[in-house]
Amino acid sequence: MADPKDVERPAPPAKEPRDWAGALPDKAPRSAASGPPSADAGGHGFMGSELYQKGQTVHNKRIDGPFRRFKWLVMLVTLAIYYVTPWIRWDRGPYAPDQAVLIDLAHRRFYMFDIEIWPHEFYFVAGMLIMAGIGLFLVTSAVGRAWCGYACPQTVWTDLFQHIDRLIDGDRNARLRLDKAPWTASKIARRLSKWSIYLVISMATGGAWILYFADAPTLLVDFFTLEAAPVAYATVAILTGTTFWLGGFMREQVCIYMCPWPRIQTAMLDERSLIVTYKDWRGEPRGSVKKAAKNPDQYGDCIDCLQCVAVCPTGIDIREGQQVGCITCALCIDACDKVMADIGRPRGLIDYATLEQCEAEAAGAPAQPAWKALLRVRTFIYFGIWGAIGAAMLFALGTRTHTDLTVSPDRNPPYMLLKDGSVRNAYTLRLRNMESRPRDMEVALTGLPAGAVMWTDAVALENAAPEQIIAVPANETKVVRAYVMLPPGTRADAFTFRLTSLDEQGEQDVATTTFAMPGNE
Amino acid sequence: MMGNDRTNNGRRIDEPTGTETVGHEWDGIEELNTPLPRWWLWTFYATIAWAAVYVVLYPAWPLIDKATSGTLGWSSRGQLAKEMSAADLARQGIFEQIAATDIEKLIASPELMGQAVAGGAAAFKVNCVQCHGAGAAGSAGYPNLNDDDWIWGGTLTEIEYSITHGIRWEGADATRVNYMPAYEGMFDAGEVNALAAHVLSLSGKGTSTAVGATLFADNCAACHGPAGGGMPEMGAPALNDAIWLFGGTEAEVKKQILAPRHGVMPAWKDRLDPVTIKMLAAYVHSRGGGQQAAPAQDDVMAETEVAQAAQAETDG
Repeated sequence: MADPKDVERPAPPAKEPRDWAGALPDKAPRSAASGPPSADAGGHGFMGSELYQKGQTVHNKRIDGPFRRFKWLVMLVTLAIYYVTPWIRWDRGPYAPDQAVLIDLAHRRFYMFDIEIWPHEFYFVAGMLIMAGIGLFLVTSAVGRAWCGYACPQTVWTDLFQHIDRLIDGDRNARLRLDKAPWTASKIARRLSKWSIYLVISMATGGAWILYFADAPTLLVDFFTLEAAPVAYATVAILTGTTFWLGGFMREQVCIYMCPWPRIQTAMLDERSLIVTYKDWRGEPRGSVKKAAKNPDQYGDCIDCLQCVAVCPTGIDIREGQQVGCITCALCIDACDKVMADIGRPRGLIDYATLEQCEAEAAGAPAQPAWKALLRVRTFIYFGIWGAIGAAMLFALGTRTHTDLTVSPDRNPPYMLLKDGSVRNAYTLRLRNMESRPRDMEVALTGLPAGAVMWTDAVALENAAPEQIIAVPANETKVVRAYVMLPPGTRADAFTFRLTSLDEQGEQDVATTTFAMPGNE
Repeated sequence: MMGNDRTNNGRRIDEPTGTETVGHEWDGIEELNTPLPRWWLWTFYATIAWAAVYVVLYPAWPLIDKATSGTLGWSSRGQLAKEMSAADLARQGIFEQIAATDIEKLIASPELMGQAVAGGAAAFKVNCVQCHGAGAAGSAGYPNLNDDDWIWGGTLTEIEYSITHGIRWEGADATRVNYMPAYEGMFDAGEVNALAAHVLSLSGKGTSTAVGATLFADNCAACHGPAGGGMPEMGAPALNDAIWLFGGTEAEVKKQILAPRHGVMPAWKDRLDPVTIKMLAAYVHSRGGGQQAAPAQDDVMAETEVAQAAQAETDG
């Protein structure tokens, strides 16, 4: 987007650009080349003239390796954040909830540890959403589709459900066999137990969600004693259904067909984005170890063992090149590295690399460590914008006062002539106390002639004075109807209400308004 | 680069994707015939089934004057009625509390008073704004309800009585009623001028004369009071303040002396339930000029009612 190098790139070199389709073993349509049919559930490779494509479950093989372990770690951390967060307590005193993260829709408050956001401060939420959006740009610019591959809930839950499959039905081959097997009692039992576990996980997913919207321990008890609000049950039911369906059955179909993010990312990736890629110049032509031993120098490093396809959670063949079905989880890197180690060839036949780096390597340049792809202007610009928004929000958060006054004068009637000839105006004052304790606040008139007094609905006219002390409950905005009266013969126009919190903070706010009287209009 | 691969029906196969094209081409742009996943097809069928069921259950087909009604009998008006009655039901408790509370004691309960004022504000917008205005500020001949000047008294009880029985309302026996005599023909021009000058002088406008003072004492003081302070028990307006119902210029005052105008307000007891009237009284009282009832309020009220009854008899 903002990388000048991208814009001012010189005309492409005269040499023929690399033909990425050359990664294919032949020019035939790919379905013939992508291994077992089970690996072909993605949107490509279809040849016939049927209206639709049958769904085929992806049974990915177990793999271990650095990226798989990293994926475990991310899964552990994200699930822990999701399930543990509502249970963290945070003492805010007797007037505010003690849940660390709470979206209190009923009272229009959003609590996040020491931060409490009111509806009028929704720009903080908007800012966080903008940061999340730019954060995705930033991550994409730096490490490609890392969100898709590691942190996206769809990915995490799909991974979880695939592990359940493995636990109940065994690894890839056993699951493939079981899919084809007739419906015997044992298969039914396996399916039922698997789906029960799906259901339990789904309910736990939906159940944890609602805990963010009410006091978690209370809600949990209410939920099981059937005393929670209907919306809680409806939410859990809907989220249980979607988790069961999307995580248990739709899985990679969500990424390939439903989610807009892969499309957006497709548009955001460029030649210098990190992607998981098969280095075809090194791998092609494919041949088994035996063939390569017989005919040295005729075959590339790829022995066509299809391990990269077998471990893929979306069932694609990474050797076909960059594609929307690749969520860059890097499990194929683990698989291929393991095979390469077994047959004594260097690792990284499938690896994180940029297209530009691939071009260079194909032309003979040495392989570059992946982290170097992070150092690009675009990434720094995104980081700068992202950081600036974050810093601005932190600054706004740090300097906001917890006392606020807004004044709206009555417009109809604008003023009121009283028996003795004095003029009265009525105002609606909103005294906002953002502290979690009740506070006394003084409202004072400034800029009005001597003799001007104020009273409220609660303070009788006999006690009218140029200033009034009003008790504002904790964590609330108190609405006060105030009357200001000018003695006969005096005049006024613009004046100010000054609000002072009567505590050690002594926070102040002023609101300027006008005093309406005959002849002022 | 056009590939030579073709399917048996003659359509081209797109080389990079290996997918057949649909056979159309617009300025070199072709469309791949990527098949839908089967679940998507089922989703599409499910939406069709949903629509079919919806058409039967809910109003759907527009006819000439209405739509088909649907077997569930649902209508947006019906839903509104249901929601309105649910809201009424939710307010029932507050209504009963207000009904059971003596009106002068409403103020002691800020929560109940707040509910009453809110309910009264809503009822005011429906029933009262036509004459008294949206801000209850009235206009010439229609009293302002925001100020501290009350023709018939400004305590909650007095306001409630005015709303219930109306002012000079023929349909109500206990209506508040008074008529100021028309002095047309009784005074000559000089006397009228002197009287008007005296009336204006009561509120500090202009100077009085002995003639004016005498005329006032003889003809007006009985109701309006010797100093023009008025008499809320009889609905005689105060003349010594800054507030003039029919205008405070000399011409307007003279006009009112010679041919007084008399406003009329309906008795709302026939149209509104007692709780709504109570809430209206609370709202009017809350507009900034409401008066507190005197401690010996019962006696005063008794007197007022006796005076009212006497007045009604006299006038009847």
